[in-house]
Amino acid sequence: MAPYETSRTTEEADDHGTGRRKATRYVVPVAVAGVAAATIGLVPALADSGDPDLPKITAEELVEKIAASDTEQLSGSVKISTDLGIPAFGDAMSSLAPGGEGGDSSADPQSRLMELASGTHTLRVAADGPDKQKLSIVDDTSEYSLIHNGDDVWAYDSGSDEAFHAEAEKGAHGKGKAEGEDKLGGATPKEFAEEALKAVDDTTSVTVDGTAKVAGRDAYQLLIKPKQSGSTIGSIRIAVDADNGVPLKFTLNPSSGGKAAIDAGFTDVDFAEPDAKTFDFKPNKGTKVTEADEAGKEHKGDKGPRPEGLEDLEGLEGMNVIGEGWSSIATFDTGAPLPTSGSASGDVPPEADKLLSALGDQVKGDFGKGTVFSTRLVNALITEDGKVYAGAVDKATLVKAANAAK
Amino acid sequence: MSRADTAAYAGGPAAAGDPGVRRWFWTLGLFRSEVTTTFRRWRTLALLGVLAAVPVLVGIAVKIETGDGGSAGGGAGQGPAFIAQITNNGLFLVFTALAATLPFFLPMAVGVVAGDGIAGEASAGTLRYLLVAPAGRSRLLLAKYAATLAFCLVATLTVAVSALIVGALLFPLGELTTISGTRISLSEGLWRALLIALVVAASLIGLAALGLFVSTLTNSGIAAMATTVGLLIAVQILDTIPQLDALHPYLFSHHWLSFADLMREPVHWDDLLSNLRLQLIYAAVFGSAAWARFTAKDITA
Repeated sequence: MAPYETSRTTEEADDHGTGRRKATRYVVPVAVAGVAAATIGLVPALADSGDPDLPKITAEELVEKIAASDTEQLSGSVKISTDLGIPAFGDAMSSLAPGGEGGDSSADPQSRLMELASGTHTLRVAADGPDKQKLSIVDDTSEYSLIHNGDDVWAYDSGSDEAFHAEAEKGAHGKGKAEGEDKLGGATPKEFAEEALKAVDDTTSVTVDGTAKVAGRDAYQLLIKPKQSGSTIGSIRIAVDADNGVPLKFTLNPSSGGKAAIDAGFTDVDFAEPDAKTFDFKPNKGTKVTEADEAGKEHKGDKGPRPEGLEDLEGLEGMNVIGEGWSSIATFDTGAPLPTSGSASGDVPPEADKLLSALGDQVKGDFGKGTVFSTRLVNALITEDGKVYAGAVDKATLVKAANAAK
Repeated sequence: MSRADTAAYAGGPAAAGDPGVRRWFWTLGLFRSEVTTTFRRWRTLALLGVLAAVPVLVGIAVKIETGDGGSAGGGAGQGPAFIAQITNNGLFLVFTALAATLPFFLPMAVGVVAGDGIAGEASAGTLRYLLVAPAGRSRLLLAKYAATLAFCLVATLTVAVSALIVGALLFPLGELTTISGTRISLSEGLWRALLIALVVAASLIGLAALGLFVSTLTNSGIAAMATTVGLLIAVQILDTIPQLDALHPYLFSHHWLSFADLMREPVHWDDLLSNLRLQLIYAAVFGSAAWARFTAKDITA
């Protein structure tokens, strides 16, 4: 080839005749790729670092700051990751939850609530006073929005073009919470923080643990830890905006370590008044609208054969709470002995028996035998004779409680 | 065709005198000749025809399915994005058509054109004649890449315009509901449709660079096209495997559907920007790799 080389190449190629020179050209793409890969990997990490310098504040002052916060106008995006240690929790629970089964509108807030119980989701929130709130679950190419505007609560699922309509509850205006809003609104850092602060009593240590930057804003970190041992909750960390006391990020770490069980934080936030258009919703002619009243009737009609939701458990008779604070355990007697693995009750199909033993761990104690069902936060012990002990405590504490109750 | 055009230009730049101006003149001339070559090929026209047919098919299918008052997509969010809203507003057919063609049809067409870029000339035995003209290899490569990008834009607009026409004929137009539930006027909707088409076209520039790089590796046009389309499919598959989570942000197709974020109110920019950034990175990496390869290559055909 060599003799033909010059006649075939152009001015530029002539300068780079030798093999080594040719090879050096590949340094360019490799360098570009290296810089790009490093940038994608490192920039988010670098952006997180650099805690702001803020004046010292005591935990009491910070808690008061949260309580005194009167910010009513904000908009922004929230990223929420939940890892409760239950595989496919969303699917399993949505079939358990009333209204989650087929035939109902996919815009029904109750069925969408369960989605947030596992995985990572992006939410967008907007609020303007007590009468106007909006919360959207952002999916790939669709969005599920809950809009509260005055007397109406709308839910709109753009993926299936279905809407759900309810009247805002009378008297709920002051608090600004309609039924659906209350349920899904529980996913923002503020709601989480309020729940966590409710649990603060003398079994809890509350400290200010440094500062952080959340969504570009300076924030104090409030660290809440149970004083007692045996709780599955390791710590709760709340980042509070240094300016206006709005909780910006909520992280719940299980005591077993590992990834946070709940991690909800603003990725961007704006405390200006949101566009009024944000809260307007009018369904299209073709949009299928389900009214809350109708949906409610349907539910009552066929509630009988359905497995009841977890909240119904509270209504069971004989519910007791053992202990206090973080390691309190709820206990009740289901009356009938539950089938546990190894028990020779004939009415349990072998498949169900196998499933039960696969889901739970067998434990023995003074109380007899039982099965412990565990998740990362909540453990429940069901004994042979049908007693249930459940709480955000570890397995040993549950067994101890069962022994003591014997 | 380009050979003739280039030859015709050989006398042109001599008049321009100043070497700087002459170089630019050359690049533009090359670009123009490349674009005309690309768009005069029957193959290109057939690809555009297929792309234009997709919205027609989707539109007619939705029309038939909803003719008796039912809802499209089974009412449970099945099918391509936005398909449920088409009956409310024909403009949504633009978005549905782009969402339906973006995963495969559009990038495949781009892969064919990009892969053909250098390797096609080589296998037709015309590459050496192209390089006889004193335009330089870098500029020839640049002209090829620019022509491929022009094809990305034209292909995307073909889908969008065809969808808009079909949507306007079969379904009502008017105020439309964004996926956040707010309403925007038709003109605002058209503006967003144009933006979305541009974003979709921009989503393809990474693949175009990749295809051009592959094209410099071989002398067989068919091999280059097949490799590019094969890479496209492989990347799409990798993107669906959850265990490869850590790899996903680096895949060029990972943020493609982010164009839907333009239909949110307010627009959600995060993914859109990471998509554009990723495309530029791919263009830089594979563009420079193609340059490194092509300028150092022995041209034997």
